[in-house]
Amino acid sequence: MAVIQLERKPLTFAERTYLPQIIRGLKTTMKHLVAPAVTLEYPEQRPDIPDGYRGVPTLVKDPNGREKCVSCQLCEFVCPPKAIRITPGEIPPDAPGAHVEKAPQAFDIDMLRCIYCGLCQEVCPEEAIWLQKQYSMTGLTREEMVNHKDRLYELGGTLPDQHHKWDKKKAAEEHGNAH
Amino acid sequence: MFDFFFQFPVWVQAAIKGLAVILVIFPIAGVCSMAERKVAAWVQDRPGPNRAVVPWIAWIPVIGKFLQRLGVFHVMADGGKMLFKEDSTPGHVNKFYFIAAPLLAMVPALTTVAVVPFGAYFDDAGRTIPLILANLDVGLLAVFAISSLGVYSLILAGWASNSKYPFLGSVRASAQLISYELSMTLSILPVFLWINAPGSTGTLGLVRVVEFQSQSGLVGGAWFCFFMPISAFIFLVCLFAETNRQPFDTIESEADLVGSFHTEYGAFKWGLFFVAEYSHMIVGSGIFMLLFCGGWNPLPWLPLATLVGWLHHISGWAFTVHPLFVGIFSIAIFLGKVLAMIFFFMWIRWTVPRFRYDQVMKIGWRFLLPLSIANLLAYAVAIAFIQK
Repeated sequence: MAVIQLERKPLTFAERTYLPQIIRGLKTTMKHLVAPAVTLEYPEQRPDIPDGYRGVPTLVKDPNGREKCVSCQLCEFVCPPKAIRITPGEIPPDAPGAHVEKAPQAFDIDMLRCIYCGLCQEVCPEEAIWLQKQYSMTGLTREEMVNHKDRLYELGGTLPDQHHKWDKKKAAEEHGNAH
Repeated sequence: MFDFFFQFPVWVQAAIKGLAVILVIFPIAGVCSMAERKVAAWVQDRPGPNRAVVPWIAWIPVIGKFLQRLGVFHVMADGGKMLFKEDSTPGHVNKFYFIAAPLLAMVPALTTVAVVPFGAYFDDAGRTIPLILANLDVGLLAVFAISSLGVYSLILAGWASNSKYPFLGSVRASAQLISYELSMTLSILPVFLWINAPGSTGTLGLVRVVEFQSQSGLVGGAWFCFFMPISAFIFLVCLFAETNRQPFDTIESEADLVGSFHTEYGAFKWGLFFVAEYSHMIVGSGIFMLLFCGGWNPLPWLPLATLVGWLHHISGWAFTVHPLFVGIFSIAIFLGKVLAMIFFFMWIRWTVPRFRYDQVMKIGWRFLLPLSIANLLAYAVAIAFIQK
């Protein structure tokens, strides 16, 4: 490529007085002065959170309302700040989801310890724990900042997947393997 | 109607008038700090302070909401905070001068108002009676003499604080204010050369300057900023430097001097410094308006007397020529112009970045001072030819 030599012009008198630039600057600031504000007024106006945002970790249920967590405790072990504490529990044999065998008896996430790294979501084999769009986590006491199981499901809602992995497994056991 | 006022002894009248003026200047200076935050917000595309509200004003349907959005109640919140905060005095300062400095800042700032006319009315004979606390012949000279005392408060504050950044700041302040005072004084001399024509009694009073800009005719009605744009420009630049405003606020540049001379101050003493600074701005803007922009005349070539005459002619109401109405009307016009000027100060502040300290000195000594001397010589020769 050919080199294009640009002529470096010396500053004109007007430029050296600095005044035309100031006037242009004044025009720019005046434009912004009359322009509407671009900021959100936070508590009343909330930002649109993009998909894939990693907010507060939550627990989800499947479309049939079964809690997806099987209390394998992988998230508890992977959690770097040790924010998760799970007490595993049995599912009573007469319950509709009895074939899943296990569910958490208690599931606590200490949000004062959580660093929002998302490793729990990544490690979960059941897609049961998700970092969702809630970004504002406040409380007046340390106890309030611990999310218990019911609160986690309340925040999490339902994951609209159609895997129904455990139901398929049960069906395969009962009717023989389709393959 | 107001004859009882003139029955009082002179000193009571003077005290009442002085108090009235201070009671106007002080709140305006407070509101200016709010306006500064608001203008800054608007320039930066944000809404600015808009939360504080007094309950029973919030109940007024539209106006209450509007005032809240405008942030007017933040003035009270700010002021209240400043008043009730702990007013601490650090242990390492020279107590007497440390406390004296903010008071010394207030005194010249509010004293200069005395010789600044802020309105006028016409008596039965059609003569212009200026509204002014002390109509001195030395006028502007008194303003310069007193307002330059303000630098003592900065030096005292910096020295008494007994710490290095305040001290550096006060050294800068003294150098900057003294440098720009020279060009400032030289820049307005053409105006006074022009109005003190041979044969007339000499005066440095600002009332006379405005009278000169209120005459009829193409030349008589023009404001001095049309005749003497360079003088007006130099005066304006020096005004920015003298009032420590951006782009000349190297004195307070928080990046290199923390808070400069008020680093060690807090609460009410700090507030006094700021009210003093805004009072300087108000008085400075007022003087600029009087000297170069026709004082209380609404528009160039449209003196106050003509406008009042038109009002009387169109509406036919007798009160439009009553001295009280004319006086208040002229004060409103003048105050409006001063506030517009203060808005310009703020507009510049959010447009132009701060000069470096050596640039400030260079502009002052190597650009403005020669320019103002050349300007003075040119006008002196021209005026000598015109007025013979």
